[in-house]
Amino acid sequence: MNLLRELLFPLIAVVVAFLIGGILILLIGDNPLQAYGLLFGSAFSWPVGVGYTLFYATPLIFTGLAVLVAFRCGLLNIGAEGQLYMAAFATAWVGITFANVSSWLLIPLCFIAAILGGGFWGAIPGVLKARFGSHEVINTIMLNFIAVALLSYFTQYHYKTPGDPIMQTVPIGEAAHIARLGKFIPGLPEFIPLNLAFVLALICCGLVYLFLWRTKWGYELRATGTNPTAAEYGGISVRKQIIVAMTISGALAGMVGVNEVLGYRYRYYDGFSDNYGFTGIAVALLGRNHPVGVIISALLFAILQRGGIPVDAFTEHVTKDIVQVLQGTIILFVAAEAFFRGPFAKFGLLKRSTV
Amino acid sequence: MAEIFTISLIWSTIRLTTPLILAALGGMFSERSGVINIALEGMMLAGAFTAAAVTYAVGSPFVGLLAGMGAGMVIAAIHAVACIRYRADQVVTGTAINILMIGVPGFLSGAFFLSSGSTPQIPREQLIPWTPILIAFVSVPITWYVLYKTPFGLRLRSVGENPEAADAAGLPVTRMRYAGVLLSGILAGIGGAYLSIGQSSLFTRNMTSGRGFIALAALIFGKWRPVQTMLACLLFGLTEAVTIQMQGVVKLPSGEDIPVQFIHMVPYLLTIIVLAGFIGSSRPPKALGIPYQKER
Repeated sequence: MNLLRELLFPLIAVVVAFLIGGILILLIGDNPLQAYGLLFGSAFSWPVGVGYTLFYATPLIFTGLAVLVAFRCGLLNIGAEGQLYMAAFATAWVGITFANVSSWLLIPLCFIAAILGGGFWGAIPGVLKARFGSHEVINTIMLNFIAVALLSYFTQYHYKTPGDPIMQTVPIGEAAHIARLGKFIPGLPEFIPLNLAFVLALICCGLVYLFLWRTKWGYELRATGTNPTAAEYGGISVRKQIIVAMTISGALAGMVGVNEVLGYRYRYYDGFSDNYGFTGIAVALLGRNHPVGVIISALLFAILQRGGIPVDAFTEHVTKDIVQVLQGTIILFVAAEAFFRGPFAKFGLLKRSTV
Repeated sequence: MAEIFTISLIWSTIRLTTPLILAALGGMFSERSGVINIALEGMMLAGAFTAAAVTYAVGSPFVGLLAGMGAGMVIAAIHAVACIRYRADQVVTGTAINILMIGVPGFLSGAFFLSSGSTPQIPREQLIPWTPILIAFVSVPITWYVLYKTPFGLRLRSVGENPEAADAAGLPVTRMRYAGVLLSGILAGIGGAYLSIGQSSLFTRNMTSGRGFIALAALIFGKWRPVQTMLACLLFGLTEAVTIQMQGVVKLPSGEDIPVQFIHMVPYLLTIIVLAGFIGSSRPPKALGIPYQKER
């Protein structure tokens, strides 16, 4: 019953968002069924559709997990965007600077760079909150912009191939490339950028689960999130937990750098993130801040992202902007779930007390 | 250096400051009533798109401006209902609105103008380059007067500081908060409209490019007070104006351009510093972000 309830509201939110989207499509004179058919049809076609959907899901799993860990500690990390940019650049920097080192050393080094880059950028708002009490939401917003400006400077003035009109760094050493899954899965062509980072994302889901629900540290972190005052009385240092949670959160967001730099573009590309950090909030929220939920909702948002392309191309009026409209509406309804609790209580489907 | 500090710099500063002041004052009404507003960006986009689309359709920029205000208010109403009536997380709702408003203008312009996210060009004589500037700078003393000298302002501030006490004193807490958020939508809508039918002559995809967040930064840097917030907006507008004027004019001794990225960072860095309490302390309204539920 509890599980059912956990699933019920996210599901309703998604269905209602699609209904609203459908009405909008109808109003501008297109056929919603055709649009949604295109949206989902392309995402499930083997191998290209599935490959790309899983590739798009990878960064969203990481940012979803990042938001989840912070949320479980009572913090809202809307800075995953900046953290993943810092991490991606750090990864590329290591890949460029030590390009001639052997793979066995270089790939772990790049991983460490991603973890440190993201973790460091996440730790800053953590420390600011723990030390000065300043709100992490504001600081993470500000740090997103600072990261973008800082990295655009380094890309433009120090790491670009001279004369390259595109804002991107020189390529990383080939030793730093990680394998695409097409190498292992028969029938999956290697031009699809789905790579080992996807496996890493699934492993991270497991690790986050074990950490949060099976270790003492995870317990302390969650206790802080549930009731900081009680946690403090119980001998847990709330300030320490805030810093720890934000650092882990940033490091998880930083894993996007592995997918992007080591597995996809093999360089740092300025402005590569398609709002991954913000979509991560939606992913975590829709996934009920649970690792399994994060995987499911990351897949849903990846399907939308993949499906937006054929919708744009093959319908009369509907553009790929429908994806943002659906995403925004879903988050809105998940956030305001009390909206649905009312009618359910009225029909006796839920006890009044839960309203 | 002297060649960049000219009359045109002042003029440029005023133009760049105008949308910031409008959005920041909007944010002030919302946040002073206790509702976090990171949706300023989305409200500005709504205002910018609607103003341009309506002006193009009707041919009157004043109707366009009114429509932009209305659009900002509609978006604010969504934020208000979710946050106040359904006690949704205010930051999450704001994020949702910002994502939604990246999509909606593109979706509508694809349908109405068969374009990928922009409106058609509006003729020069149908633009209003002056009115929003006037509105912005006149709004500052008006906001100050309303917040500190009228019963409405006193009530608004008290539901943002201590809603329980305000409720006990018989104030309509939810109604005050609705008023605060809706006002923020109207002002941010004008700010957005200025971008599309004042400063330029059409709406382009994501044309606010983070101005809603700079306005939020200015609001915090200005410690949630009207005059200080205006000064913060002027400072941030000036940094942007200087960046634009410097490009290609002022060179480093080595002959290279000065990296503008570092100037872009200034507003954000200042906000972090002031929020941490290094330059005086910036204290948010006490009940900011906390949904209010009446005791039954």
